[in-house]
Amino acid sequence: MEIELKVKRFDPEDAKNTPYFKDYKFDIEESATVLDSLIKIREEIDGTLTFRCSCRSAICGSCAMVINGQAGLACNTKLLDLTSKSSNEVLIEPLNNLPIIKDLVADFKPFWNKIDATNPWLQPNGTPPKQEYMASNEAMLNLANVMACIMCGACVSDCTVLNVDSNFLGPAALAKSYRFIADPRDDADKSRLSEMNESGGVWDCTRCMQCVEVCPKGVDPMGKIMETREKIMEAGMRNTFGAKHATAVSNHIEHSGRIDEFRLPLQSKGIFNFKEIIKLMLPGLRFALKKRAPSPFHFKNPNQTFVKKLFKKVEK
Amino acid sequence: MEYAFFPGCVSRGACPELFVSTIEVCSILGIELDYESMKGASCTGSGILQEKNQKLGDTLNARTFALAEKSGNPLLTICSTCQGVMSQANKRMSENPEYLKEINKSLAEEGLEYSGNLEPKHLLWAILEDIGVDKLKLLVKHPLQGLKFAPFYGCYLVRPSTALDFTGHPERETALETVIEAVGAEVTDFSGKNLCCGFPILMINETNSVNMVARHTDEAKNNGADAMVTPCPLCHLNLDGYQPQASKAAGHTIGLPILHLPQMLGLALGIDPKALKLNRHIISSEKILSLLFVKP
Repeated sequence: MEIELKVKRFDPEDAKNTPYFKDYKFDIEESATVLDSLIKIREEIDGTLTFRCSCRSAICGSCAMVINGQAGLACNTKLLDLTSKSSNEVLIEPLNNLPIIKDLVADFKPFWNKIDATNPWLQPNGTPPKQEYMASNEAMLNLANVMACIMCGACVSDCTVLNVDSNFLGPAALAKSYRFIADPRDDADKSRLSEMNESGGVWDCTRCMQCVEVCPKGVDPMGKIMETREKIMEAGMRNTFGAKHATAVSNHIEHSGRIDEFRLPLQSKGIFNFKEIIKLMLPGLRFALKKRAPSPFHFKNPNQTFVKKLFKKVEK
Repeated sequence: MEYAFFPGCVSRGACPELFVSTIEVCSILGIELDYESMKGASCTGSGILQEKNQKLGDTLNARTFALAEKSGNPLLTICSTCQGVMSQANKRMSENPEYLKEINKSLAEEGLEYSGNLEPKHLLWAILEDIGVDKLKLLVKHPLQGLKFAPFYGCYLVRPSTALDFTGHPERETALETVIEAVGAEVTDFSGKNLCCGFPILMINETNSVNMVARHTDEAKNNGADAMVTPCPLCHLNLDGYQPQASKAAGHTIGLPILHLPQMLGLALGIDPKALKLNRHIISSEKILSLLFVKP
């Protein structure tokens, strides 16, 4: 089949030093992957095209790039799935949210720095056992998908928070942190949870699910971030806007069946946090002037007693 | 066609214009909304309750589905977040009969039972799948010619794709663009249309949240959009309500009107802008109304 690859190129040694797109049109087998096509370009058309690859089997994580606007592995993405009868054009770009070294090669230093910041090694307490540290099958099954992470950077590339805030630890590092928090052999839970509770940690995630969508290994980083949040609250660390917000939403649904938009901002910030409450006043006033300010009188939904009972039944 | 109507919390709170414009638009589209049967339905949990206890969130949604089934009508939502949370809960329950059975035990006291067979549907999808684009086109009285709308979906109406049945309904992936074109307007594409508006962290990290608003509204405007349209009231709260702060962060006035989906439809169906409550927005829609030669 004929394919048209639009590849984003960047040469740091080029005097212009600006990225540009280069088109490559050629024939390739219908079974070909994006990686096959890039290799074909490099070997037969343009030897200057630079990209990383190794295993070609979605195990090494080297060939992650942005394919038609979404991060993924070039080696397990078939060209046939990207083209249609009306278009045989495929757009290839390097990963987002990381500096670019050349063409499709991203600089992973910031990625590894964030993984390192989570102390990604087991920290057991006490005297080491005579043989290996034991863990139950069940406990490790729960960790199977997060341990399947191949550090390809797809989730980091498409993270909407990293897009506006490079201080955010990001989905890969936060999932890695959870991998040790939930490991029954690790005894550093408290310090790990405390670190994840800081600015740039789990509460800055928007729950947009981009990381879940693009992860080629089913790691579900966002799910791990949510589980870490829950563990943080269970450990009694509730003095953050995030924890207060989550608690307030749950309380509102239990009390009235729906979110009380008048009280939610106040409770999320803390009702005695005057500095933050004053900051809420300007947007609040704007809404009030447009007759959109939520009422302070918040009534219960009909039959709310049943909802309340469900909270008791299921939470038990 | 009659639906059990689930308006969600926000259309009855800080976005009352969404509730009103939905009622207006549905009456013209021939959609009957049974709200009475659903008045006792609770919040979906918004993904936040699910962080704490997924089973509890699923149980509350099963209760809502059971109420809809009891009414005998399919379930209609008008919020991307409600839709996404419901679709995810529904997937977990319909794929695991044992799990559903356990959940139904909790619902028994209220005399409710969920079959696992309901398909919650956003108004955007219902227009495409139940009403039909051709019928919508026939009903358009005032084509929005000359107006460029940037679509903004809201995360939960696009992810996770496995819970939203894009395989069974490929048209859902471009539903908003289809509707924009059906009402005679032009689509302004931009890279942020499927991304997060920042609302979920507004109370947690306002700087990041506002920067997301700035990024999306600025990009859409720079790409030529006269307005943005969204099927998600939470996105609207941030993209409209916090756009003044976003302008400050961007260092210039953005001034991009954000319309709820039914408001855009309503303008095309010939409904008076006053009845659509366009004047309730923080960012004025006057400019687009003057482009349409309609008095604000």
